[in-house]
This record gives sequence, structure tokens and C-alpha cells, in this order.
Amino acid sequence: MSLKRKDLLSLASLSVDEIALILETADSFKEVTGREIKKVPALRGKTVVNLFFEPSTRTRTSFELAAKRLSADVINFSPSSSSVVKGETLLDTARNIEAMQADIIVLRHSSAGAAETLARGVKSSVINAGDGWHEHPTQALLDLYTIRGRGMGFRGLRVAIVGDVAHSRVARSNIYALTKLGAEVRLVGPPTMMPWGVEKLGVKVYSDMDEGLRGVNVIMMLRLQLERQGRALFPTIREYARLYGLTAERVKLADTGAIVMHPGPINRGVEIAPDVADSLSSVILDQVANGVAVRMGILYLMSEAG
Amino acid sequence: MPILIKGGKVVDPGRFVGVGDVLIDQGKVLAVGPNLQAPAGSTMIEAKDRLVLPGFVDLHVHFREPGFEYKETIQSGSAAAVAGGFTTVCCMPNTNPVNDNQAVTEFILERSRIAGLANVWPVGAITKGSEGKELAEIGDLRRSGCVAISDDGRPVMNSLVMRRAMEYALAFDLTVVDHCEDLHLAEGGCMNEGLVSTELGLPGIPSAAEDVMVARNLSLSELTGARLHLAHISTAGSVRMVREAKARGIKVTAEACPHHFTLTEEVVRGYNTHAKMNPPLRTWDDVRAIKEGLRDGTIDVIATDHAPHATQEKQQDFTEAPFGIVGLETALSLTLGLVEEGVMSLEQAVEKLTSSPAAAFGLKKGTLAVGADADVTIVDQQAEWVVDPGKFRSKSRNTPFVGWKVKGRVLTTIVGGRVVFQAGPLES
Repeated sequence: MSLKRKDLLSLASLSVDEIALILETADSFKEVTGREIKKVPALRGKTVVNLFFEPSTRTRTSFELAAKRLSADVINFSPSSSSVVKGETLLDTARNIEAMQADIIVLRHSSAGAAETLARGVKSSVINAGDGWHEHPTQALLDLYTIRGRGMGFRGLRVAIVGDVAHSRVARSNIYALTKLGAEVRLVGPPTMMPWGVEKLGVKVYSDMDEGLRGVNVIMMLRLQLERQGRALFPTIREYARLYGLTAERVKLADTGAIVMHPGPINRGVEIAPDVADSLSSVILDQVANGVAVRMGILYLMSEAG
Repeated sequence: MPILIKGGKVVDPGRFVGVGDVLIDQGKVLAVGPNLQAPAGSTMIEAKDRLVLPGFVDLHVHFREPGFEYKETIQSGSAAAVAGGFTTVCCMPNTNPVNDNQAVTEFILERSRIAGLANVWPVGAITKGSEGKELAEIGDLRRSGCVAISDDGRPVMNSLVMRRAMEYALAFDLTVVDHCEDLHLAEGGCMNEGLVSTELGLPGIPSAAEDVMVARNLSLSELTGARLHLAHISTAGSVRMVREAKARGIKVTAEACPHHFTLTEEVVRGYNTHAKMNPPLRTWDDVRAIKEGLRDGTIDVIATDHAPHATQEKQQDFTEAPFGIVGLETALSLTLGLVEEGVMSLEQAVEKLTSSPAAAFGLKKGTLAVGADADVTIVDQQAEWVVDPGKFRSKSRNTPFVGWKVKGRVLTTIVGGRVVFQAGPLES
């Protein structure tokens, strides 16, 4: 079985079956990443271009490692905002890269919709590695993979996503995926950080963190963009940490055996207390490890589909 | 040479509606009525089953010259205007340099004269450089030919400056036009704030960004007694406030654009940059309110906000792409769509394209009264055609209506007694 699509742009557009296929495919690559020789020839002769318009270490490295372990040739192309001439379109840049016979373009961009715009304009497969506040589908898929790896089923699973949902692509992708899979999704944060009408996506919104965490199986923390202070979203980091920081006491409100997730990089002592980040319930480093396997699976499926 | 337009359905709002002839000579309307005699040497235009209308007046276009000639020039914009039946257009001052002085105003008028198509009448800036700080030389702008003032696209945020502009404009009997947008509330936004922006992850512009400025402007108009014109209102809240203000006798007129009574935010899905304009496309509730406002007279004017942008600009990603769409060559058909739908009578629709906009700026246009300038638009109301931007006279192609099958087509446009546009045969 393979994905019947040229691009991976969003979880809003993936079916439950496609999500299941990606997670199953990741299983076999997870096994590869555990071997001493962590390399298979699946993408030998293929070219993967990491086109990152926004700084990112974690996601780019994860994609690079995934592609290399599949024996693909990998190019990292990170046009700094200053070197991209004003007025040059994203499409122009991408067509240049395509002309070098890239099979898969992995795109990170600060504008929502950039991956979709690009995918319409090039023949290469496009994988969205984060577009503005819109989606970060591979992050959500590795989150799902991590939850599933803990032996949790999705139907009826209670997941709290805590933080600045309005400006979070990770949150949107997880909302689309988890609601599709039958989980109960709760969003926790101040109303200034909730996008308009988000309840209509089938989630419950809590401005009281303690209430929102009660009985959940998964606590998914979002990174607080510290530079947003002064944008009238929250008064001070201190107050934010008190109201929406995850402490050991608050973890106790969740179901026993609940796991704590974070897409990283974490602000210790702001949205997550250091002891919680390092606790047994934290699966933050599992997420990073699984990221490589899931991205190997996605690259493999995309190359098969293309 | 005299022209006799014979046997058409003449719609001259508030004056004459019925089958008749229109006789023009020396650039003026000589007579309107049944069975007029053609003077010797006159040209006859057969208009049986056609609408014969006063030339349309568009209070809101961007012709980009000087400064952005790659998007549109006064020549290409005028060609688009007359192809759409518009004989007078008022061009906004957000050129480069900004039209905040006599020199730019005179340049625009000179370019318009050379183009020799539509009357292109400049709207001057309210403040120097449209920076919202100091008043522009409004008296000079008026004397050199500006027909209104506006800082369109860069609305005056400082309410004291706006108050002073309104007071000062009274001295010259100038209408003050505002693009109502609270720039703080709208900051960074690129589409309507609502469920679609939430789903797409795009920064939104709430309706309130428009509403609070409409409220402010109405208050200031009441305070100063200035004649206020609200550009392109897009929200149910604006319509409600204007209705209430008019009932209380505030001197306000309001315009709506065809896209705001035809499309909603749903069109943005797929990150369609041709659905990106400011104010943004709103919801069905807003569209319904705009239509009701047009029907009951709250909204006086239909204007295009014709905003050409080059293809490569609209090919950028959604947040980077500039706001705006072209509208001159689709406005009539979309307006007649409302007549077809039963929202307005034909006479009402014509009024909002002709006499009402002329009145809002105090222009002697938009009528077929005897002695008026011979600006006439002849329309085939039944002709169906498919919108093909490749055929636009405008330099730019940025329209969300590509491929739409629409009804109503301009056949002939006459400006100052001269035929300046004649439609070719309709391709099937």
C-alpha cells in the first residue's frame, strides 16, 4: 500500500487510513534506527531538499537524518530572509531547486499556505515542515506515533493541548489529527491565545488549567513564544508560568499514567517545570527519537507515491 | 457631429425611465424622449432592446500612476474603465509620490487628457504623504482639480487629525473619504477573522477593525458637519451604523464593492491570493447585510476599488501577496446580478453606478439631463459571457471571478459626446 498523493501538506486533508499507514510504515523504520548500521537503500538515487525559510535546528536535522538513513542525497537550502530578494516569489526559488531534479522538497516557511502554494507550482513532492500558524503535519504524526507507542488507543483518549493555540501550527495539526481519530481534545490557555471559533473544530476550551487537565491521558505543552510578551497576549512571563505552567502538582490532576509531551525547544520554568520535563511521565525525548523514524516513513511513502 | 441613440430603454434615475431616444451634440445631452428627429449629418446608434444609461461613475479606483506603472497606467486604467461602462473614475492618492500636492494632481489630469478616454479625477490625500500627521494642502488640491480627499489604504488613525481634516474640508465643500480600519486591531491580518482564518492559520482582521472606525467617523462627521463618504464598507455592523446615522441626519454616504456583495471568506480556502483584499471578504451574514443596505438605500454607491497588481505579486504566498483585485470590467455584470436576484430594481442599480456616486462627491455627472455632459453607456442586459482576465484592458489580471459566467455587457461607451469604446462581437 502507498500514499496516493504527491504531497504531504496537512493533517486536515489526510484520511484516518492514511494516518494509520504512515504510523505503520514508521514502525519498520523505527526498527532500522535501532540497528547498529542505521541505513537502508530505500531512497538511493533520490534527492531530498530541505528548503527552510525559517530557522529550525530540530526539524531540519530530523529530516536530514531521516533522508540520509534512507540513502537519499540531501541538500540543505536555508535562504536567509535577507538573501531572498524582495519580490522573488517562493515559487521562483522552488523552481530553481526543482530544475536540479529534486524529488522531494521539505519546506519550512513563516507564511501559512506556503507549502500548498509551492505544491501547486512544482512537480516535486512537497512535505510541509511547518507553515506559519497553519500546520506542522510531521510533528503531529510523530506525536501520534509516540502516543501509540505508549500503548494508548486514540478513540476516547483525552488530550489537553496547553498554551498559545492561536499561533501554533503544532496545535492545529494535532487538533485535526486527534479529533479525526476520535480523541477528546481540550485546549487550555487564556482567551487571548485561542483562535476565533476554535470550538467549532470539535474541541473544548478551558481557560483554567487545573480544570482542563483533570483526568486527561496526554498533556501536550506548547512552547511560549517569549517575544510575544508585549503583544497584549499575556501580561508577564511570571504570570503566564503561574497560570499555565505545568508543575508536578498539576500533572497529578491528570489520569495516572498520563504522559507529558512538548514539541520543543522547551522553556524550562516557563511553560514546563524542570522536574516535570525530566520526569518519568515526560516523553519529550521519545518524541525526538520517533521523529526520525516517522519522517523516514513519510519520505519513503512519498517517494513511492511520486 | 451629433449622435442619436435610437429606441433604447433609457434609465436616467429619478428623471426618465422608458423607451426613447437620446440626442447628443457638442459634448452635451441635447434631448431625451420618444421619436426624436435626427439632425442633418448625425450618426445613428440603434439601441433597440438595449439599455441606454448615464455613463457610470466610480468613486474608487487605483490607477497606480505615478509610481507603479507596471501594475496599471492612467492609459490602461482608463481603457478598462470605459470597457466596463465607467466614464468618470476617481483615483485614490496612494501613488508614489502620494497625491498630496498640486503637481501630482496636475500630472494625473494631464495623463488623463492624453489618454482621452474616461474622466480621471484625482482624490487628494488628507495628510502629507498619507502619513496621518499633518494636513496636506487641501485647498490647493481642490483648486487644482481634486474632487475629494482620502488617505485610502493608510487610514488616518489620529482622531484629532481626522477632525481637523473634516473641519478644513468644509471650507472647500469637499467630501472626506475614509477607508475605515483600525490599524492596531487589523495588524498583520490578511483575511477576515473567523472560522476560515482559524482553520487556515492565517492572521485575521476582525469586523470590529472596520466597525470602530465607522463609529468614530460618524461621530466626527456629526461633530463637524462635514460630508463623509465611507469607502467599501464590508460588515453588517457598518451597515447598521450608517443606517442609524442617516436616520439621524448625519451627512454620510457609503459605498460597497461588487466582491463584498458577491463573495465570502470561503473563497480564500486554498490560499487564493485573488481573494485577498482589504477590507477582506467577510461572511454570508455580512453579504446579506450589504445587500439589504443596497436595497434600502443605506448604501448609496457601488464602487469597484479597482486595485491592479502584477501577476508575480499575486503569486507570492498568501501573507506576502498584496491586497486588492481589479474590478472595472466585471462591476456591471455583478451589479446586474443583484437585479436578477431581486435585491434591487434596475433603476436602483443604475442609480448606484451613476447619480448617487456623483452626488456623494458633488460631481456634475451621472445624468442624462438636458445640458449634461454627454457621457453615455449602452448595455446589452441579456448578453452572457465568461470572465477571461486575458481579455481585460487593464494591465493586471488579478480577479477572483475568472471563469465566471456572467450576464450583462457594455456595448458602447461615450464620453463627452465621443465614442471611446465599442465592444467586439461576443465569442461563443
